[in-house]
Amino acid sequence: MFKKKGKMSILAFALLVMMAVAPVANAMHVMEGFLPVSHCLLWGAVCIPFLVLGIRNIQKTLKDNRKTLTVLALTGAFVFVLSSLKIPSVTGSCSHMTGTGLGAILFGPCVTSVLGLIVLVFQAVLLAHGGLTTLGANCFSMAIAGPILAYFVYKILKGMNVNKKVTVFLAAFLGDLFTYCVTSVELAIAYPSEVGGFGASLTKFLGIFATTQVPLAIIEGILTVVIVIGLETYAKTELKCLEF
Amino acid sequence: MSSNKKTVILLLVVAALIAIVPLFALKGAEFGGSDDAGSEMISEIKGEEYEPWFTPVLETMLDGELPGEVESMIFCLQTGIGVGIIAFVMGRMVERKKWTDELGEDAAERKRA
Repeated sequence: MFKKKGKMSILAFALLVMMAVAPVANAMHVMEGFLPVSHCLLWGAVCIPFLVLGIRNIQKTLKDNRKTLTVLALTGAFVFVLSSLKIPSVTGSCSHMTGTGLGAILFGPCVTSVLGLIVLVFQAVLLAHGGLTTLGANCFSMAIAGPILAYFVYKILKGMNVNKKVTVFLAAFLGDLFTYCVTSVELAIAYPSEVGGFGASLTKFLGIFATTQVPLAIIEGILTVVIVIGLETYAKTELKCLEF
Repeated sequence: MSSNKKTVILLLVVAALIAIVPLFALKGAEFGGSDDAGSEMISEIKGEEYEPWFTPVLETMLDGELPGEVESMIFCLQTGIGVGIIAFVMGRMVERKKWTDELGEDAAERKRA
């Protein structure tokens, strides 16, 4: 009897330790099979209009000015690079950036949703990172919600005549951070806590994702500024076509 | 060195520092994998182990998880594709600016002559 109790207490202790460690969790995308089917379909449905509009916008932009194709390729490649780099963060776990802020300020959020989707499919199929069933949810957070916020931050600050580098930085920074806030919301809706419900889960997920992401969002902001400086120096004509 | 160049170098150094410092500041931290840790969090909230209802297609085909080394190879591939395109496009633009600047100078000289 005593022995059993001893084992139980060890088990309980082990569980406690695990719980203490578990909050250092990070999910960059919602994992495959982790959302109920109804949620998957819903998030997917939300994404479709943005993607359709995005494809149309790409066709229109390229038709108006073929020159912008190179900048579009560069923007897509930027998403590829940034979302492949897993970077250690202050919370003791790794996460990666999104890279979608640049596309949002250059081409608008709809075009960026298409670029983001390409990367998400690549990672879901080849890396089992994210997932095909959760593609809609991931697409919404990384390729739609984040870019939309980045786009509006950029437009508003630009209207207020804030320094351009600061504007670009803040747009990319906030867009990146917002992506992970939306991911937290998606997970919290799917997994409301028994005590406290949606709100409690949300704070839990936000506490992890948002704090892990802050330094990475700063890096994303910095790298976006660097690329924009490069484009402003070497691709003036293309940027003029994009009314940047 | 132009002020832009200085800004770019400074920004890149800052970015690198932000990325590297946690590694040294938090010695012994796990910097762990994403998917497993994320599912742990969900198990914690639900109070029971969560069984995903769908396994990634690749894992079904491989009858298991993608080996870590291969996974990092594919991540590198993703970075490589991206960097390749960025380098190609930027390289083109840098060269183009050089040529157009030179042509502009030539034209200006001819005008003077």
